[in-house]
Amino acid sequence: MIGRVLKDQSGRVGVAARPPIAAAHLRQDTWWALPVTVVVMLGAFIVYSTWAALQNAHYFVPPYLSPFYSPCISATCLHLTLGWGLPDVRLPIIGILSPAFLILWGPGLFRLTCYYYRKAYYRSFWLAPAACAVRDAKAGYTGETRSPLIVQNLHRYAWYVAVIFIVFLTWDALLAFRFPAPGGGHRFGLGIGTLVMWINVVLLAAYTFSCHSCRHVCGGHVDSFSRAPVRYKLWRLVSRLNEHHPLFAWLSLFAVGLTDLYIRLVSMGLIRDLRMF
Amino acid sequence: MATFTLQVFRGDATGGGFKDYRVDAEDGMVVLDLVHRIQATQAPDLACRWNCKAGKCGSCSAEVNGKPQLMCMTRMNLFEPGSTISIAPLRTFPIIRDLVTDVSYNYEKAKSVPPLRLRPPDADGKYRMWQEDIDRIQEFHNCIECFLCQDVCHVIRDHDEKKKAFAGPRLFIKIAGLDMHPLDNRDRRAFVKDSAGIGLCNITKCCTEVCPEHIHITDNGIIPMKERMADEFFDPVVWLLRKFRGQKATRTA
Amino acid sequence: MATAEYETHEHDVLIIGAGGAGLRAAIEAAAQGVSVGLVCKSLLGKAHTVMAEGGIAAALGNVWPEDTWQVHFRDTMRGGKMLNNWRMAQLHAQEAPDRVLELERWGALFDRTKDGLILQRDFGGHRYARLAHVGDRTGLEMIRTLQYHAIHQGIDVYMECKIERLIKDGDRVAGAFGYWRNTGKFVLFKAKAVVIATGGIGKAWKFTSNSWEYTGDGHSLALWAGADLIDMEFVQFHPTGMVWPPSVRGILVTEGVRGDGGTLKNSKGERFMFKYIPEFFRSETADTEAEADRWYEDKKNNRRTPDLLPRDEVARAINSELKAGRGSPHGGVFLDINTRRPADYVRKRLPSMYHQFKELADVDITREPMEVGPTCHYVMGGVRVDADTTAGTVKGLFAAGESAGGMHGSNRLGGNSLSDLLVFGRRAGLYAALYAKDFGGQLTVSSAEVESLARESLEPFSRSGGENPYAVQAALQDVMQNLVGLIRNQTELQDALVKIEGLKERANKVRVEGGRAYNPGWHTALDLRSLLTVAECSARAALERRESRGGHTREDYPQLDPEWAKVNVVLRLKNGSITGSREPLPQMPDDLRKLFEDRQ
Repeated sequence: MIGRVLKDQSGRVGVAARPPIAAAHLRQDTWWALPVTVVVMLGAFIVYSTWAALQNAHYFVPPYLSPFYSPCISATCLHLTLGWGLPDVRLPIIGILSPAFLILWGPGLFRLTCYYYRKAYYRSFWLAPAACAVRDAKAGYTGETRSPLIVQNLHRYAWYVAVIFIVFLTWDALLAFRFPAPGGGHRFGLGIGTLVMWINVVLLAAYTFSCHSCRHVCGGHVDSFSRAPVRYKLWRLVSRLNEHHPLFAWLSLFAVGLTDLYIRLVSMGLIRDLRMF
Repeated sequence: MATFTLQVFRGDATGGGFKDYRVDAEDGMVVLDLVHRIQATQAPDLACRWNCKAGKCGSCSAEVNGKPQLMCMTRMNLFEPGSTISIAPLRTFPIIRDLVTDVSYNYEKAKSVPPLRLRPPDADGKYRMWQEDIDRIQEFHNCIECFLCQDVCHVIRDHDEKKKAFAGPRLFIKIAGLDMHPLDNRDRRAFVKDSAGIGLCNITKCCTEVCPEHIHITDNGIIPMKERMADEFFDPVVWLLRKFRGQKATRTA
Repeated sequence: MATAEYETHEHDVLIIGAGGAGLRAAIEAAAQGVSVGLVCKSLLGKAHTVMAEGGIAAALGNVWPEDTWQVHFRDTMRGGKMLNNWRMAQLHAQEAPDRVLELERWGALFDRTKDGLILQRDFGGHRYARLAHVGDRTGLEMIRTLQYHAIHQGIDVYMECKIERLIKDGDRVAGAFGYWRNTGKFVLFKAKAVVIATGGIGKAWKFTSNSWEYTGDGHSLALWAGADLIDMEFVQFHPTGMVWPPSVRGILVTEGVRGDGGTLKNSKGERFMFKYIPEFFRSETADTEAEADRWYEDKKNNRRTPDLLPRDEVARAINSELKAGRGSPHGGVFLDINTRRPADYVRKRLPSMYHQFKELADVDITREPMEVGPTCHYVMGGVRVDADTTAGTVKGLFAAGESAGGMHGSNRLGGNSLSDLLVFGRRAGLYAALYAKDFGGQLTVSSAEVESLARESLEPFSRSGGENPYAVQAALQDVMQNLVGLIRNQTELQDALVKIEGLKERANKVRVEGGRAYNPGWHTALDLRSLLTVAECSARAALERRESRGGHTREDYPQLDPEWAKVNVVLRLKNGSITGSREPLPQMPDDLRKLFEDRQ
C-alpha cells in the first residue's frame, strides 16, 4: 500500500487557488501564425480535393491516373486498375457520385486519425489549445475519452487500409511507364507525369511507414529488444522515419494534391506532358 | 551590459500583480541571475525556487514572456536589450507566493503509479539487460521533474477539474518507462487508461515543446502508451476473439 | 505569544536531508518497521545528489574482473592520503557493489556492457574502470530511483522544511525544530533517533559547484548539539569547474570528461599534467604522452594518464599553471575531448556536459575545448561517526553522506561519494532504526525551549540593524574564497577567522523585510548561522593542521608530515566557542595494512 507520503504541501490536488493572473496568455510572440497557416493549408487542400473529387472527369490521361481516383475498380471508370479478367465492379452509385468518394475515405480516415494531424487540427481548428500556454477556447473538455473522438484509437486500422492504397498507387506508378503506342499496344516511356507519380508514391509511402501505429506494430510493443533482433531493427528504421512524420505528412499532402492537379491539367489540355523518352 | 525591465509577479492566492524592476544584465547571464539580482538589491523577499542553476534539478520553472521554461537556462541574449520581460509563476498549480507554486499535484500523482515488479533473474541470479533494451527508457530517465510539461498541458491548465482523472505528461513517461522496462512484468495498460487518463491527452505536444531535456514526451512516451492501450482495449480483432472465448480484458495485477 | 506557535510531529527516526544518503536511510529504516520522517529543504528529488555526474564507484568487476573490494579499498585510502577511517573505507569498498545492484533492482538503468551487465568507467585515482554510470547523469538516475522506491515505503516526507536546531533531552537527541519554508510556521519533530544527511558546506565559497542548499546545516546542527566534527580542513576543490560566463562560474564539469579521454592543456597547448606527477603516484602514472595515449586502449600494459590523478593533485596543478600565466582567455585551462573522441561518442557519453556548454557558454565541446578551473566541490570533513553504525558522539545522533566525516580522509576520489551515500545511508537508517527500537525510555521536549528557539528565529524581522542578509553571505563567500581557498597560509587563515568574527557581528544585525511565507531573505538570514559556523570550523581546522595533505594545502607547510598522518583535527563546542584538538586516528589491522605493501 502507498503510505502517508508527502505531507509537505498539504497534499492539495487541484483545489487551492491558482496565481491570480487574469490574462488568457502572456505570450509576446506571434504564436497565432502557426495555427493560421495550418488552417489555410489544410483548408485549401480540403476545398481543392473536394472540388476535384466532384469533377468525376479529367482524372485519367494515359498512362497517368490521379491518386484521388485510384484504385479505379469500377467498369465505369476511365481506367481500370484491375483489368485482366477480374470482374468489373458495377456499383449503382457510380455515375451519380464520383468514384473518388469511394476511395478518398481510406486515406482520408488515415489522415484524420493520424497522430500528427490530430495535433494540427486540435490546435488550429479546435483551439484546444491554439498554442502552448494559450488558454483553450472552450470550457468543457473530454479529450479522446468519448465518442466520437474515442475512435481515434482505431488509427492502426486506418493504417492497414493506407498500406493497401500504397500498393495500388505503386501499381499505378508502374503503369505510368506504360505509354500507349501510336499503332496500338503499349511501350515503355517516361514522362514528367511518371516522375510526378513516383514522387507522390514515395512521399505517401514515407508518410505511411513513418506512422506511429506502424512503429508500434513493427516493434514498439516489445519490452526486451535484445530478444527480438528483427523487430528491433524494424522498429529502429520506423523510428528514424517517424521523427520526420510531420514533414512527410505535409509533403505527401502537397504531392497528392499537385499530382492530381498535374494530371488534371494535362487531361484538360491546358499543359502538355513532357516525354523524356 | 544591457538593462532590462522585468515584470515579476508578486503576490499570493489573495491577490497580486506584476511589478516592474529595472535590472542590469552582464555577458552570459540568464533570467535567474536577474531574479537573484532583484532579491539581493531591490526585493529581498521575492520568492523563487532554485537549486543547481545548471538545468539539472528542475527547480526554477516559471513562465517567461508567457512561455514555461527554466529560468536558469534562459539566456538574456535571447531578448532585445532594453526590452520588458514578464516572469510569472507556473499558472497550472496553486500559488504559494510570487514565483513559487504548490506542485504537490505531481507528487500525489507519482505515488499512484504501480511500481516496478521484477521478473525473476537469470539462472545465475544476475539480471541482464542490453543497451538496446534500455536506450528507449533512458530517454525518459532524463526527466528532471521541472513540471513544465505538467504546467503547459492544457488538460489540467485549462480544465482544473481534470486534475483528478489525469496524471499528466511527466507521469506518462514515468509509466512508459516502467511498462517498457525489460525487468518489469507488470501490465499498466488498464492503469494508464482508467487511472492516469491518457485518453484525455489530445497529443497537441506542448509538453514536448517545453521540455528542457528535449525528451520526446509525446512521440516516444505518450503515443506508444496509447498504442499499447489500443492493443488491449481498442483492437476489434482481439475484442472479437475475447468475446468468442468468453475472456475478459486483463487487469493490472 | 502567537508567533512562537508550532506544530508537532512524532517519529521513531527523523532523517534530515533527502539526497542519496537521506533517502537510502529512510528506505532502510522503514524496512525495519519503524515510523520514519524525512525532512528536506527543497522539493523531493532536487537534492544535490541530482548533480552528481560521473558515476558510482563499486568493484563489480564487470569490466575488469581483477577489480576487487581490496583494490577499491586501497585506491580510496591512497586517494585520501591514508587519513581515512580505515573501517569506513573497508565497509564502503565491500558493500558498494551490493548497493549498486540493489539500485538496479529498484529500476535504475545503468549503461551496459556487451554482456548485458553494468558498464563501468575510468575515473581519477581508481586503478580500474569502476564507476557504474548513466552517461554523465548518474546522480539523477540514483536520486530518481531512490525517490520512486521510497514513496511506496510508507515514509512521511516533509518537503521545503528547514531544521534549525536539534533538541535534546539530557544527553540524548530528542527531536528537531524547524520551519516550513512555504508558510514560515514553526514545526517540532519529536524523534528517538535523528539521522543527519544534509550534505556539504560549499556555499561558504564564492566559486562553487554547490547549490544554495549547501550551507552546512547538518554539520552545525551536530556541533551545536554537542557532537564532534573531524577533518573540517579538508575541502575538495574540483579541478574542473566552468570558468565562463561569470554567472555560471564554478558549475561542475564532470571528471568523466577525463575518464572518457579528455586531456588538460595550457595556453601553449602543453599537456601540463606530466609536470606535476607526485612521488606518491609516480609508479602507477604514465610519464610520457605516448604511454598515456596507449593507456586509453590498453590498460594492462600501460600506466594511467596523469590527467586522472586524484582531484587534489590536478586542482593544484591547474592552480600552478594559472599562476605561471599559462591560463586560457577566461582564466582557466583547456579541457579537450574533441581531438581524441568523435562527436557522436561525446554526445552519447557526456550528454549533459554537451548541453551545459552549448546552452550556457555557446561552446560546442565536440568541436572546441572547454575552459575549466578549480571550483569548491566537497567537504571531506563532517560529523565524527562510528564506522559500523554511523552513530555520532551524541546519543541518538547518526550521520551519513557528505555531512559525515572520516570516510574519505584528506581527499575523496570521484565516484566514491555516490557509493558512500548508499553504503552509509543504508547503515545510518538501519542502526538509527535499531537504536530507536531498543530505546525504551520516554523523551520529553521542553516547550519553553522550543518557543525560545522560535522567537530567536523571528528576530531578524524586528531588528533595527540594517544589514542585508545577501550582502553578509556574499562577504563571507569572498573571505572563504580568498583566504581559505585551495592554497592556504597561517596569516590568511588567521585573517579569515578575524573576518568571520566580524561577519558574525554583522549577521546579528541582519534585518529582513516582508512576511514569513516563503521569504528567501529570511531564509538566507537564518542560513547564515550555519554557514558562518562551518566557515569558522573549516578555517580553524585548517589553521591547526600544519602540513599539506589532500584537500588541504599550506604554502607555509608544503610537505606531507608523517606525524600529522596519525591524527585527526577534532572540533567541538566548548562554552559556546569552537575549539580544535588533535586526536589519534583508528589503526588499521595488519591484514589490511599488507595491501599497501604488496604493490608499489
